[in-house]
Amino acid sequence: MVQIFGIPSAALFGQLLIGLINGSFYALLSLGLAVIFGLLNIINFAHGALYMVGAFLAWMLLAYFGVSYWWALLIAPLVVALIGVALERCFLRWIYKLDHLYGLLLTFGLALVIQGLFQNEYGSAGQPYVIPDGLQGGYALGFMYLPVYRAWVVAASVVVCFATWLVIERTKLGAYLRAATENPALVQAFGINVPRMITLTYAFGVALAALGGVMAAPIYQVSPLMGSDLIIVVFAVVVIGGMGSIMGSILTGFGLGVMEGLTKVFYPEASSTVIFVIMAIVLLIKPAGLFGRRG
Amino acid sequence: MKKLLLLSALAFGLGAASAHAEITVKIGDLSDMSSLYADVSGPDGISAVKLAVEDFDPAKNGMKVEIVSADHQNKPDVGAGIARQWYDVDHVDAIVDVPNSGVALAVSQVTQEKNKVFLISGAASSDLTGSKCTPNNVHWTYDTWALAHGTGGAIVANGGKTWFFLTSDYAFGHALEHDTAAVVEAAGGKVLGQVLHPLNTSDFSSFLLQAQASKAQVIGLANAGGDTINSIKQAAEFGIVKGGQKLAGLLVFLSDVHALGLQTAQGLTITTAYYWDLNDKTRKFAERMAAMNHGKYPTMIMAGIYSETLHYLEAVKRVGSAADGRKVVDSMKSVTYEDPLFGPTVLRVDGTAEHAMYLVEVKKPSESKGPYDLFKVVAKIPPDKAFRPLADEKGMCPLVK
Repeated sequence: MVQIFGIPSAALFGQLLIGLINGSFYALLSLGLAVIFGLLNIINFAHGALYMVGAFLAWMLLAYFGVSYWWALLIAPLVVALIGVALERCFLRWIYKLDHLYGLLLTFGLALVIQGLFQNEYGSAGQPYVIPDGLQGGYALGFMYLPVYRAWVVAASVVVCFATWLVIERTKLGAYLRAATENPALVQAFGINVPRMITLTYAFGVALAALGGVMAAPIYQVSPLMGSDLIIVVFAVVVIGGMGSIMGSILTGFGLGVMEGLTKVFYPEASSTVIFVIMAIVLLIKPAGLFGRRG
Repeated sequence: MKKLLLLSALAFGLGAASAHAEITVKIGDLSDMSSLYADVSGPDGISAVKLAVEDFDPAKNGMKVEIVSADHQNKPDVGAGIARQWYDVDHVDAIVDVPNSGVALAVSQVTQEKNKVFLISGAASSDLTGSKCTPNNVHWTYDTWALAHGTGGAIVANGGKTWFFLTSDYAFGHALEHDTAAVVEAAGGKVLGQVLHPLNTSDFSSFLLQAQASKAQVIGLANAGGDTINSIKQAAEFGIVKGGQKLAGLLVFLSDVHALGLQTAQGLTITTAYYWDLNDKTRKFAERMAAMNHGKYPTMIMAGIYSETLHYLEAVKRVGSAADGRKVVDSMKSVTYEDPLFGPTVLRVDGTAEHAMYLVEVKKPSESKGPYDLFKVVAKIPPDKAFRPLADEKGMCPLVK
């Protein structure tokens, strides 16, 4: 068997594939975060909590209403988008003109409240949620066993990420959004309803987080703690990729997933810290992030 | 006026005299209140302390008992800091529970230093009554040796000879892996490898892949709480059991199985010190706990908290004061118990409470008649076989002569 650095090549490729799959979660979540920061200038710490709410909604829909996973993929992000609209209208619109720090503190507080409410009601061990029927089982690829569900997650994430990037960078709507963040007064003078666009953008960003949550429900335990565990890593991904860059966060998400996968093969004890080590190095060399445009 | 002054002075004097006769005890419940171990003990464990105090009836025994609680956040330095403050400033006499063996080892040192009492229920490491034993430790519910010999022994006897360990990278995981590996090797088996994962990991796909590649007959999960739940769930996803490998959940609680659902968890072999459906007394305790905790049934850790708090208070009454921790623990060791939840129990010289353990299997969904009807008892391990023999601890623990 071919050995690379003492690890059989089959095992290595298996780990790289796993890393890619994890990276797709990071990419999906960091995309929502990058959209919100890039277009709204808000550091949305509530992203992890809303990801968790998405997963819980999927569980509630199944447990209380018998609604399947496929419908939950549609309904949960919509519900969370509505929550996002409410949050933006009630809390966030007052702090746009202030320093970034206020946005961070406010959304951090919101995250703690949301997580605390769920933890109070549901404990921390979590709720069971099985993989939907059509996606069970897996492919024996020879060098590893690839669960069908994980393949679906990568495929879906790539499609969603690419579609989002396309809308923002290549369509008229996206152009309006980007113009509105650069010069809201001028854009508003052209008759475009800027405040509504901003609200919808925030709603879209958190809907992406909820989508990630629904996709995570069958494989990670649906627990109130799932958001806080992930949000720190996602932040690191966004910082490394460049806070304003959409494509940067997507590519970095996948890339870091692979880096984490490699670390788990060669030195598993460091797997929870390698992303932060990379973040420290990137910030020292290129503070704006790998693809960042802002200073 | 003078008469009034004299009378009131007499009244105060009498009042003060009766206050001196009352023994005050303060118990601190230190646990993981918000993270991966919060459901196995956590806030619901405080209910167990309250029930123990209620059943002891301090007023009838001329005592006054106060309960405080705190969150150690799975950090040994935070836990030790809280212990120090409790002992030095807040006059706490005993700390109870403490899941997370790393924190427990730190608190155990502080407790010995201050000569208080450490009533361990949540922590698992057998070092707490082995190489790191102290005269102030009471390790009541279970330890890694009992788990290794219970679950590990049963699986090896059933043909699981080659093992691969998925180990939580801190004191507890290492202790559990070490004890289980000893059982496997003593039975003629072989440990093919291990992978260490950080505490509180959500994604085990990479580690499970390595376990699959090792082709071991058994994958031993030397972790607990949220980590075990995620490992088992993702093992099902990767077709590990379907592929012919067995999963050994070395430490699994009732709350974990409830969170996983019987569909995923069925067939798991578990060693437990307490299950609510054993007899009328265990059922009554479970009902009382469920009434206080939104219908959640107690795990063995909470049952242990109840029993050792009750016996601690009885010992304080016998000694007459809670001030000298060593004396109270020695008094606890001098009695044999007919414990309402654990049956016949003896507190050994090293601090281990010797009682029966139960080998249980998780029911199939069709066999379960209620949300917590999750286990069926397969075997009862008698007290003298359940815990590490004292003879083996001669070199380890200075309390064993």
